[in-house]
Amino acid sequence: MSETQSSAARAPSSGFSLFYYASPQTFFPLAGKLLWPCWIAAALLTLAGLYIGFFVAPTDATQGDSYRIIFIHVPAAWMSMVVYLAMAFWCAVGLVFNTRLSFMMATALAPTGAIWAFVALWTGALWGKPTWGTYWVWDARLTSELILFFLYCGYMALQAAIDDPRRADRAGALIAIVGAVNVPIIYFSVKWWNTLHQGASVSLTAAPTMATTMLTGMLVMALAAWAYTIGAALVRVRAIMIERERSTDWVRKLVSNGDSKA
Amino acid sequence: MNWESASHFWAMGGYGFFVWTSYGVTAAVIAFELIALSRRMKRARAQVKRDVALDRIESEKRGRA
Repeated sequence: MSETQSSAARAPSSGFSLFYYASPQTFFPLAGKLLWPCWIAAALLTLAGLYIGFFVAPTDATQGDSYRIIFIHVPAAWMSMVVYLAMAFWCAVGLVFNTRLSFMMATALAPTGAIWAFVALWTGALWGKPTWGTYWVWDARLTSELILFFLYCGYMALQAAIDDPRRADRAGALIAIVGAVNVPIIYFSVKWWNTLHQGASVSLTAAPTMATTMLTGMLVMALAAWAYTIGAALVRVRAIMIERERSTDWVRKLVSNGDSKA
Repeated sequence: MNWESASHFWAMGGYGFFVWTSYGVTAAVIAFELIALSRRMKRARAQVKRDVALDRIESEKRGRA
């Protein structure tokens, strides 16, 4: 309680504390403080997840050790969808409230989301070969994930092609929001169509159909991916703030004061 | 313990190529992103420092004139 009051008191012109961190100037140091916790969590969770994945989880009865790709494949695929939804969310907020920081957040998320989509596709191909006998098929799950990767690339390319950042933000937001319909399509593709890709082993509605240690390893790796993604997006949003607001006083003061941490 | 020896571990039950290429490329992509991020941050800061220095020279010139 006292926390919110004091932050409201520190915000000179805004009467409402919820929006205190909605400006780049106030969000920049907060993002900086969150960075190390994110990196440490990501590193520790990755080590724990890899240990469980390779040394605790047993060899699969039907797939042998090829299944161990799951510990990056599934977290990467989840993150590629979550990051896309987060990006579309920030774009929508930016369009409605016309806030600079929202668009910066969306822009900062895109490359990391694209990386997760790429990793999901890459590891999926390398898992498909030993289990299905092929690196790639045009099945609904694989195709919709590939479209997700292209949506990320399209968003980034469009933003890069427009010089005025405000127009670039709005044009990119259109792609991000319209493309969001693809996310439920990816998620439900294994139910709606007859796919070579297996159905979900873990779902929101039913008990998981995997061994507990395998599931644990996967979930720990998923948490690691969350921590990494938040860290990477925060670094990038800080860089974007400096780039876009470089002629403002607060950025000039911040950089000339030689803050390596803030 | 799943593995009798290090070579068993690297072999991954005959699936070593698929497993290690998956993990290796993922690690490489993440390393690439981290390097790109730190370089972008440095570049952004350097740009601001350059702008500030240019402005200072500019205003000194105006002061003398």
